[in-house]
Amino acid sequence: MNKRILQTGLVCAGILGLSGCINVAAPEEPIVIELNVNIRAEVLYRLAEDASNTIDENADIF
Amino acid sequence: MTLTPKTSIRKTILAVIAGPVAGLVVMSAFAAPAMAQRDPAYAAARASGTVGEQLDGYLGVVGQATPGLQDMVNDINIKRRTVYTRKARENSATVEQYATTAGCQAIARTVPGEKYQAPDGSWKTRTDAQPERLPICP
Repeated sequence: MNKRILQTGLVCAGILGLSGCINVAAPEEPIVIELNVNIRAEVLYRLAEDASNTIDENADIF
Repeated sequence: MTLTPKTSIRKTILAVIAGPVAGLVVMSAFAAPAMAQRDPAYAAARASGTVGEQLDGYLGVVGQATPGLQDMVNDINIKRRTVYTRKARENSATVEQYATTAGCQAIARTVPGEKYQAPDGSWKTRTDAQPERLPICP
């Protein structure tokens, strides 16, 4: 009986520990980098057509 | 309104003159951008791979720079920066963002034999295959 309580307690502690770990370990840095890449790529996509026209219109320097 | 023979002739003459004139204006409007061609020295430098397209939207000297070659590259890059600055302002972007976008396109437009800068910074020779470009390129 005591053993069973102990086991349940250990399992609970394990789950709590795990969830605690996941919360604490959630890394902020990679997420920030990801956002920066997305924003930059989005800007480049927005400018793509205009830049293409610019190259055509200035064929002497491209 | 009745057309007298005189006004009818006048209209015909007007149409005969106006037609070709309008045509010329339209043709010159289309021909204007194609008029600006690369300087022969620049075209030769590209073809021989002594200059290449950089990731940042500017031209670079590949290998040993001679004073003449460096002057030519600087001259082109000053002109490019002027264009990038104006266009960036028009599009509410930074000069760097606009220049990088143009760099993506300029690298994509290289022809086999020309040099371009790969994402790792090294110079590559363009082949028939697609060039290696930055992952953020459109």
